[in-house]
Parts: sequence; C-alpha cells; structure tokens
Amino acid sequence: MSLAGSAAAAEVARGEPIVELDGVSVYYGETRAVKDVSMAVQANTVTALIGASGCGKTTLLRSLNRMHDLTKNARVEGRVLFEGQDIYDRGVDPVAVRRVIGMVFQKPNPFPTMSVYDNVVAGLKLAGRVRRSRLDEVVERSLTEAALWDEVKDRLHTPATGLSGGQQQRLCIARSLAVDPAVLLMDEPTSALDPQATARIEELLAELKRYVTIVIVTHNMQQAGRVSDWTAFMHLGELIEQGPTDQIFTRPQQQLTERYISGHFG
Amino acid sequence: MSVERLRARAGTGRTRRRVTDALATTMIAGAAVVVLTPLVLILIYLVGRGIGSIDLAFFTQLPAPAGEAGGGVAQAVVGTLELLALASVIGLVIGIGTGVFVAEYPEHPLVPTVRVLSDALIGVPAIVMGIVAYALLVVPLRHFNGLSGGVSLGFIMIPYVVRATDEVMRLVPNVVREAGFALGLPRWRVVLQIVIPSAASGIVTGAMLAMARVAGEAAPLLFTAFGNQYWNFDPLKPVAALPLVIYTYSISPYDSWHRLASAASLVLVVFVLVTTLLIRLVFARRAR
Repeated sequence: MSLAGSAAAAEVARGEPIVELDGVSVYYGETRAVKDVSMAVQANTVTALIGASGCGKTTLLRSLNRMHDLTKNARVEGRVLFEGQDIYDRGVDPVAVRRVIGMVFQKPNPFPTMSVYDNVVAGLKLAGRVRRSRLDEVVERSLTEAALWDEVKDRLHTPATGLSGGQQQRLCIARSLAVDPAVLLMDEPTSALDPQATARIEELLAELKRYVTIVIVTHNMQQAGRVSDWTAFMHLGELIEQGPTDQIFTRPQQQLTERYISGHFG
Repeated sequence: MSVERLRARAGTGRTRRRVTDALATTMIAGAAVVVLTPLVLILIYLVGRGIGSIDLAFFTQLPAPAGEAGGGVAQAVVGTLELLALASVIGLVIGIGTGVFVAEYPEHPLVPTVRVLSDALIGVPAIVMGIVAYALLVVPLRHFNGLSGGVSLGFIMIPYVVRATDEVMRLVPNVVREAGFALGLPRWRVVLQIVIPSAASGIVTGAMLAMARVAGEAAPLLFTAFGNQYWNFDPLKPVAALPLVIYTYSISPYDSWHRLASAASLVLVVFVLVTTLLIRLVFARRAR
C-alpha cells in the first residue's frame, strides 16, 4: 500500500509537481487524523481527494496551506513542498503561504458586511497592495474567471449576502482568484449547492486550471470523475491510492479503492 | 382513515386541552403584567410629579435658592453628559479592547483569567468602583473632581462592554475568519476589518446599554464628582450630575426641590428609555 503510494508519487514526479507531500501526518491532540501521506500535485491540473466521511480528506487539504495553524490542538508532521520549498519550514510566514495557496470552503462564506465588489478585492485591499485604479480591473477579471461577471456586473455594490448560494460560492472563488494564487484548495465546494449551481462550478473548474492548480475534496465520486485529472483515494487517514482519474475509476490497483468506487462502503 | 375516526380522535380530551392552554397562557401573561406594573407605575408617578417642573428653565438655568420659585438643573444635565463622555472613553476603549482580546485570542494564557475577573467585576457594587476612583484620583488631587466621577462610571461600564463584545464577536461564524485567513490576510487584519465590522451592531448595542446602565448611578459620584450648584466645565473640579441632584433634592425639606428631583428622575428615565428604543429602531431597520 505504501509501496503503491510512493510508486504513484514517483510517476507523478516525472511531470511537473507544484505541491509535494512528504510523510504528512496531522494530529488533533492525540488522534492521528492523517497518516504519513506522500503524494504530488501536478501544476495546472485538478486533483480530487476522495474517500468516506471522516477519512481525513479535509484535514489533509487544510494542511496544504497551513490552516491547521489556527486550530488550537492540531499539529502537522512531515513536509509540504510548494515549488520545492517546505511551507512548514521555520521562517516561512503562513500568511505568505496562504497568499499563494488559496482556499474555497464547503459553505459559501462571503464577508457579510461587504458588497460584492468589496468581497472580491478584500484580499488585495486589506493588504494594501494594489492601487485603487487597478481594483476595478481585478474585479472584472476575477468575476469573469469565476463565471459570475454577467450576473453581478450591475449590482457590484449591493451586499454579497443578497446573492444566491451558487452565486455566493462563485463569488468566493472570484475572491480567491483576485489575489492571484498558484494553487486553489477546494473543500467540497458544491456540497451546499443545488445541481444547477454544482454543474456551473464543475464547468468552471475546467476553465480555471489554465490559471491555477486545483485540489478538490469531494465525497461525490461522479464529481471526481467529471472534473479531475488525478484522483487520490483516502481511507482512515491513509492515502490508499493515487493516479490518473480514469485509471483509478477503471483499473484501481487496490482492493479497497475498488470496493469504495463500486459503492461497497462510504 | 375515515373522517369520523379523525373527529373522534380530535374529540378525545379536547376540552381539557383547551382549558389547560388558556390557564397556562393566562398565568404567563399575568407574570408579565406583574413585572411591568411597577415600571408603569413609576413612570406615571414621575410624569405626574415631575412633568410640571420640566420647562425650558429646567434645561437652561442654574438652581434657584431654596424656597424661591423657578430655576433649573442645567449644570447637572450638562454634567451628566460630561461624565458619560468621560466614562465612555474609559469604558469603551478598555471594554471593547478587552472583549476583542478574549473573543479572538482564546489561546492566550491570560484569557480565562481575564474572562472570570471581568464577570466578577459585574458583581462589584457601584459604590466600590467609586472608592477605587476616589483613591486613584480624588486623594492625589486633594479635592473632588469630575474626572474621578467619569472614571468610576467607566470602571462600572467595562465588564458589561467586555461581555457584550465577547459574546457578539463569538457569534461571527468561524468560516468568515477562515475566509480571511485563506486570502493570506494577517490575523490582526482579519479581526479588525472583517470580524469587528461583522459584530459592530452588537458591540454598539452593548456600549449603549452600558452607558444607559451607568447614567443613573449616584453612589459612586457622591465622593468623586461630588456635584455642583454652578456651571463648571473643568473636569478637575467638582461636576454636577442628575443622579446627585435627585439624591440631594429628595432628602431636602423643600417641596419645590422634591418636584425638581422627580423631574430629574423623569429626564433620566426618558433618556435611558429613548436610548434603548433608538438602538432597537436602528438595528431593526438594519436587520431588514
């Protein structure tokens, strides 16, 4: 199993990995939620993390941009390399990590007091990085990339909470894109949305990988099959198998993977 | 299931259920009336006794000598506002700051202690806060002064503001904070520009309620602000306040002063009532 994992990792490594995990374990207090995961994520691809509820997908995802730093008793071991640099190295600023590795959450979470416009530029404006004149440009670009521009261009200055759930989630994607990240982590981004809104976001992913590398957690296997180039299957905190999506779905190497894919548990 | 059977079911114990319902409703409505009656009576009494003394002079003139007609308590109205302003500077700055600290930095080793102490402060009698301010500001200056009065009221406000701020900040969903962190914003910016604005309406409500709470305090002012029969805008000299006027005038032997005391009480009650109503109005509108 660990052999298969490292073999897959080696295969991926021949491509152009942008993120590499090396023996990553995540602890909540004494509980080890993610166990010794090693894998690689290719630049400009969509990688899906699949597995049953509670298998550690989200926990693993959150270790990729140091979100666990904010959880009181969470602890990460191992190395997470972004373009060869360990993001957990001493002297690496987690704030800087999250600027390059953004995140979209399960439930749409626009900033409640801000307008659509202000939500999109929040990352830039609050960090004071951009001239005001450039903000308009960024707003249009990000919203267009998130396939939301046409729907909101006439109400940019209305409260973001007035949008529908699906629109709010695309707004959150636009907000992440506005700071121009290299990697976008998505934690079940469509689980709170209806089928139509889900379909829109799935279409969007195919477009987005031109600009960013995407790692998406999903417990919807059809979704993983539709949107991802690579799939990693996790079970009880361990990475069981990783490979090209069609291979995982048609010729899984591990019996566990096959059982999960064919709906025997999960 | 046939209609007859449904009817038969609904019929079982129907009367008893209705009677119980009516009884229970009457009882809780009665409890509400019992609570509200004294409040309404106080208002009626104050209006009856005090409204006649409330005129332009009440708000613009200094007290007339005892026994003489006319005069007002303008210096106390202004003094109360002055003391509230001083109190707010202390109470809001320290209170909101502490509230943000305990809500947003729960992992800090000081937080549990601060929270317990702050809650304990709510139980400290107002007059004790007055003694503290007396020791801090009256003794060194060797005379009563408005600043010490404002400080004592500010001390009383602090724990209320801390608790209100703490509670409303913790109501802001964590996913909102995480959204900020995921954009690569440093923690202080997330707190200052995302969490605090989201909780702002609650913080303002807490602040206003704390001000309303101390506006009527007389005890801590007795030996700090002390009161003043004349105009004084210098916070380092004794400053008048409406609660002190109420106290002094109520225990005086003159009927005209008793009336002024009722009038001052009415003004205070209306001030607190209006503040509370304004808060409700503003936030009811914003909630829409």
